[in-house]
Amino acid sequence: MYDRQKSEIDRLQDQVVKGKMSRREFLSRISAMGLGAMAPGLYMQSAMAAPKQGGRFRQGVTGGATSDVLDPGQILDHYMMNVQFAQLRNNLTEVAPSGDLVPELAESWEGSNGAKTWNFKVRQGVEFHNGKSLTSEDVVDSLNHHLGEDSKSAAKGQLGAVTSVKADGKYGVVVELSGGDADFPFILTDYHLLICPSNGDGTIDWQSGVGTAGYTLVEHEPGVRTLTKASPNYWKPNRRFFDEVETLQIADSAARENALRTGEIDAMNNVAPKTADLLKRQSGIVVDVTKGNKQVTLPMLTNIAPFDNNDVRTAIKYIVDREQWLKVVARGYGELGNDNPIGPANVYRATTDELPQRGYDPDKAKYHLKKAGFDSLNVKFHAAETGFGGSIDAGQLMAETARPAGINIEVVREPDDGYWSNVWMKKPFSACYWSGRPTENMMFSTVYWGEAAWNDTYWKNAQFDDLLLQGRIETDATKRRAIYVEMQQIVHSDGGTVLPLFLQDIFATNDKIRHPDVIGGNWELDGMKAVERWWFA
Amino acid sequence: MSSLAKVILQRLGLGLLTLFVVSLIIAFVVELLPGDITQALLGQSATPETVAAFRAEIGLDRPAHIRYLEWLKGMLTGDMGKSLASKRDITEFVGTRLSNTLFLGGVAAAIAVPFALFLGLLAALYRNSIYDRIVNLTTLTSISFPEFFVAYILILFLSVKSGIFPGISNVSTDLAFSDKLFRTILPALTLTLVVLAHMLRMTRAAIINLLSSPYIEMAHLKGTQPFRVIVRHALPNAWGPIVNVIALNLAYLVVGVVVVEVVFVYPGLGQLLVDSVSKRDLPVVQACAMIFAAVYILLNLVADIVAIVSNPRLLHPR
Amino acid sequence: MIRLFLSAPFSAKVGLVAISGYVLVALLAPWIAPYKETAIVGASYELWSDQFMLGTDNIGRDMLTRLIYGARNTIGIAFATVVLAFLIGGITGMLAAILGGWYDMLISRVVDILMAIPSLIFALLLLTIFGTSIPSLVMIIALLDSTRVFRIARSAAMNVVVMEFVEAARLRGEGMGWVIRKEVLPNITAPLLAEFGLRFCFVFLFIAALSFLGLGIQPPTADWGSMVRENATLINYNDITPLLPAAAIAGLTVAVNFVVDWMLHLSSGLRSDQP
Repeated sequence: MYDRQKSEIDRLQDQVVKGKMSRREFLSRISAMGLGAMAPGLYMQSAMAAPKQGGRFRQGVTGGATSDVLDPGQILDHYMMNVQFAQLRNNLTEVAPSGDLVPELAESWEGSNGAKTWNFKVRQGVEFHNGKSLTSEDVVDSLNHHLGEDSKSAAKGQLGAVTSVKADGKYGVVVELSGGDADFPFILTDYHLLICPSNGDGTIDWQSGVGTAGYTLVEHEPGVRTLTKASPNYWKPNRRFFDEVETLQIADSAARENALRTGEIDAMNNVAPKTADLLKRQSGIVVDVTKGNKQVTLPMLTNIAPFDNNDVRTAIKYIVDREQWLKVVARGYGELGNDNPIGPANVYRATTDELPQRGYDPDKAKYHLKKAGFDSLNVKFHAAETGFGGSIDAGQLMAETARPAGINIEVVREPDDGYWSNVWMKKPFSACYWSGRPTENMMFSTVYWGEAAWNDTYWKNAQFDDLLLQGRIETDATKRRAIYVEMQQIVHSDGGTVLPLFLQDIFATNDKIRHPDVIGGNWELDGMKAVERWWFA
Repeated sequence: MSSLAKVILQRLGLGLLTLFVVSLIIAFVVELLPGDITQALLGQSATPETVAAFRAEIGLDRPAHIRYLEWLKGMLTGDMGKSLASKRDITEFVGTRLSNTLFLGGVAAAIAVPFALFLGLLAALYRNSIYDRIVNLTTLTSISFPEFFVAYILILFLSVKSGIFPGISNVSTDLAFSDKLFRTILPALTLTLVVLAHMLRMTRAAIINLLSSPYIEMAHLKGTQPFRVIVRHALPNAWGPIVNVIALNLAYLVVGVVVVEVVFVYPGLGQLLVDSVSKRDLPVVQACAMIFAAVYILLNLVADIVAIVSNPRLLHPR
Repeated sequence: MIRLFLSAPFSAKVGLVAISGYVLVALLAPWIAPYKETAIVGASYELWSDQFMLGTDNIGRDMLTRLIYGARNTIGIAFATVVLAFLIGGITGMLAAILGGWYDMLISRVVDILMAIPSLIFALLLLTIFGTSIPSLVMIIALLDSTRVFRIARSAAMNVVVMEFVEAARLRGEGMGWVIRKEVLPNITAPLLAEFGLRFCFVFLFIAALSFLGLGIQPPTADWGSMVRENATLINYNDITPLLPAAAIAGLTVAVNFVVDWMLHLSSGLRSDQP
């Protein structure tokens, strides 16, 4: 048994060396084989210049609201994500700045039974801020918090395949899935799946804000301000350099920029693309980007006329001038999308040979429209800034470029609040964005799978769904790649989503802030972990 | 004076009735808004199951009128209830926000009211002079800029370029009074520019309106100094309309400052209200609306009392 | 008419000329604008040039064109709103003063209640329910504004209806409409006019504030309030683009109020320039 695995590892390593497989893919594969990720030293990787301890880090962040609570299942937006996911609590697994999956509170893990059963070893010697030692009970109760009939966790959908979470001794946790999923450890990096102390009765104590991460909660005024201070003995080596972190909710982008320029804050998220270049020119300000899988999408409901006809969908895909969107909407802070959600931070992204870039082509749009039996078409595009920033401008650009193809697009500005419940997945053609997922399987399973709760186009393609299930348990990298490329081709030509752009997250700091050379691409502000990875010069 | 007391009591009674109707309207309108708090809180991740579980947990599955009656019962016993979203006691966190809002309104009023009265008196005195025209032109221009734009311009010049004031006004409870005042100056100045013109123009108009009255002519004929005529003879009779406009603007300083709060990151009641509306957190919306309505009613009552005291004839209409 | 204009003070002349200019631009927008209202003609935020006299906006539409069409939409909407508000508020207000009794009581209470709810929030609520189409925008803002007009109309009319000449007219058996038109209205135009001047520009500002909170006029319609909002952040980087629509609003506000001041002066009977 051991030998067979060993030779498989050698084979995989060989592939890594030959550049056929990324390091992340390698780790993912061997963990699926049941060997766990055995590299706790990965933490040391990117912090090269000697960081310094000290100072109060003040950050201006968006997405806070007075209704915010410390319940990890109810993290809705970046503010509480920053506070809980980066400052107060840890996950079982973490995405390192390099994009690799690394252990966090789980020391190691292994999958078995066709990636249906997952055994996690909980790190020993970790203490919560209140002095309680971390055990498997905390992990089990924390995961169960998101499961079950009466759970109102936003991560419920992510964990749809989980059938049970059980303790196996003081430091072992066993998770059973209804179907094999080699990417399960990746799912556990989700910012909702944080480990809180158990109350001993199957529930967790999230109210106190107690966790295992680098900062303890001092003051929290929802929607206004959060103050945390360094916890005395953080278990992660060479991490967490600030003495205090003050997080301010600043909704208005001009106000954030003013606060940064006047020295009221040290860092801000969510720089508006249209002012990024102007901000960059100010002395003492550094503007930086995160290149991830964040993507703009325009879902068309494929179960409703006229979008039930693929020729109409294809026509719409041709009338978006992606180059123009990149220039005007994203101001160059992004890259072209190809109606395919697999982005720059994914491993098996189809090459342009495998999937040629779709461009603006009113003639082809006209052709497809005619094929669908239309001479002209009136379409309403529903948008709000909540859908994605700049979506209303983008809609107006699209309305202009659609005209030569005989398509009349009326842009309907919808109210920001209630957008996700009343417009998205309800109106036939709307604006949306996805932050992207670290693996192909997670991305497709979350939004494009016929059974997915967030299948926002109601698109069902039997061949695609078959391939998805195959891919989840396929361990051969070449075959896996073939599967995912084929799936991308299907989505591209038949799917209900126009995906015109991948967006970069733009953030800004003052010049007193230092950070490692490699910063995380999975979320803004260094994978959201700026508070534990950055330091003052 | 007893008839004045009667008027006050009567008005307070009417005020309570107004509050009651306002709460009914708010409950009704919030009920009409598309979506509910569970969908607002779950956002993109709202699935039918999670929404249902959430609704049951916060009791949203019960009919609206029962929830309203429960809220009313609590309100009558002085209990504002709990936020649906955070389950915190509303009294607890609305208090800080309210004191912030009143503080900002107070600072703005302390600058704006004396300034408006003084400039208005001068404008009436030197009406149609260059001074009058310049004041008129400046204040009209300043009110024709949207509030957030005035705020950006003030921040640009008084903060970003010159560094005199901080760029945001994030006051917190642990701040000393002087620091708090210092941080509140810029938003207060913005508000001053917004309300100044209205009060100033009304002061000027109310006084000019009286200048053709026989008793003013008389005072002139007696040879009284023009400024003295205005302050001693015209102003006392002009208080009614002036105080009315001041009250309206003071109410605006408390109630209408959402935009200024957002731009200056000032933790006031207006942002709380907008936040709660977008989250459909009805008890918090109600609490804020009740406070705003009460402020409005009380300020108007004060204005009317001042008007009555300055012109007792108003006690006996017709 | 011409003599009246010539007799107007300098500020009123400037105001009248400016208003006529605005109205002309608004009416002739399609003929004088260099491009189409929604046409994207260049890159975004292009500088001032021969081709784009005032540069381009955030998505590459000609700024001058947007300003010209903005005049048409903004003035149109503001005018419709204010007229509607004055019709509703003015008529109910005068009726309340004339009829008195339970009618006055009822309407005054309703107005008190409406005014006790912060208007921006109320508008936000109503617009979320009814959508932000131009008719609903006009109706909702007019309704909220009419409460202010009601109060002014009522209190001004109160002072008039107790006058002997009104009593006399009613004793003569003149109809309600006649009394309102011939006796009350002419005597309360001054305060109503003053209010009209300010209300008019408050409508733009209200729309601008709404667009700050994410509501407002539907794109791609150009309106000055939203144009200020869209470009406002640029002012922090010394770019004067957002000043253009703001200046357009300010210019109109000042002009309207200059004229209103002059009319007030005419109707107040205070003609001499005694100090």
